[in-house]
Amino acid sequence: MSDAAVMHHAEMDRSVPFLFPAKKLAMWIFIVADAATFGGCLVAYGFLRNGSQNWPTPFHFYPTVVNAIVMTFILVTSSLTMFLGVRAAKTGNRSAAFRWVLLTTLGGAIFALLHLREWMALIDEGVRLYKNPWGNNLFGAAFFSITGLHLLHVTCGIVALLVVGMRYRAGRFNADDLDITGLYWHFVDLVWMFVVPLVYLLNVSK
Amino acid sequence: MNPTSQHATADPSHADKLGKYLVVYLVILIIAGLQFVVAYQHIDMSAMLFRMLLLAILEAVLAVVFFMHLGGENRTFVIWVALITLFVFAAMQYGWTDSNRMERLAPPPSAAGAPQ
Repeated sequence: MSDAAVMHHAEMDRSVPFLFPAKKLAMWIFIVADAATFGGCLVAYGFLRNGSQNWPTPFHFYPTVVNAIVMTFILVTSSLTMFLGVRAAKTGNRSAAFRWVLLTTLGGAIFALLHLREWMALIDEGVRLYKNPWGNNLFGAAFFSITGLHLLHVTCGIVALLVVGMRYRAGRFNADDLDITGLYWHFVDLVWMFVVPLVYLLNVSK
Repeated sequence: MNPTSQHATADPSHADKLGKYLVVYLVILIIAGLQFVVAYQHIDMSAMLFRMLLLAILEAVLAVVFFMHLGGENRTFVIWVALITLFVFAAMQYGWTDSNRMERLAPPPSAAGAPQ
């Protein structure tokens, strides 16, 4: 939107202070802060790994790396469906937008289930927060804390999308509200783009 | 959230942008695939980390500019987001230096009770 259009919009709608939507800026502030949280976790993991003499590299191509490929595909595709939902909302098509949002939440739910299945497999192999059968005792804490924090974000995103999606369909929220919630979902996908290479792919078993 | 605040208007230009976003989606998938290829290259850890981070940053930039449409936002808004990001990084600088101190400047652990 051009500056002139935003100025006109601000004059017409007094809920838009400082010439851009405050809600959107608030979401971006949250995203930046949350990105810093994940950044801190990943850097701490990097220090742990770099300082360890025997950091485990237990992830075999099958099933772990294959699982990571599928999960990445699902999450990136859910970002696309989220974009398509916002696009439909911007054109005023509430029912189509809600369908795309439902698809997005379905993708998130499948991602979460695959993730939990992987967690159970690692736990079956003896990985705990404080020990594992392969090497440095902190491997489990690092892995479960980073992936668990991301999984928590995915879960909260699913809930948020369902709530906002249903209220949007009922006419209580508008397309901008859906767009702002979509920003969070894209952020969750963006974090996964860093978690996969740093936590999984640097620890593949060759 | 204010249901009477009608920022959204029908924007027919969204219809003709779908192809561009599908291309972005495919490029992100390809970059993600490249990360998996790099994982199995026989290179040292620092080179692998550099390549992984480079690819991840490329993916992130595409996601932020296109899917999060920061590239199409009001310039003032983008400047505010950039300033907030810089502030957060500046605030985190205390953490980096402290972590560096703990890793490099701390005395070596003794044999008894040394962490694994």
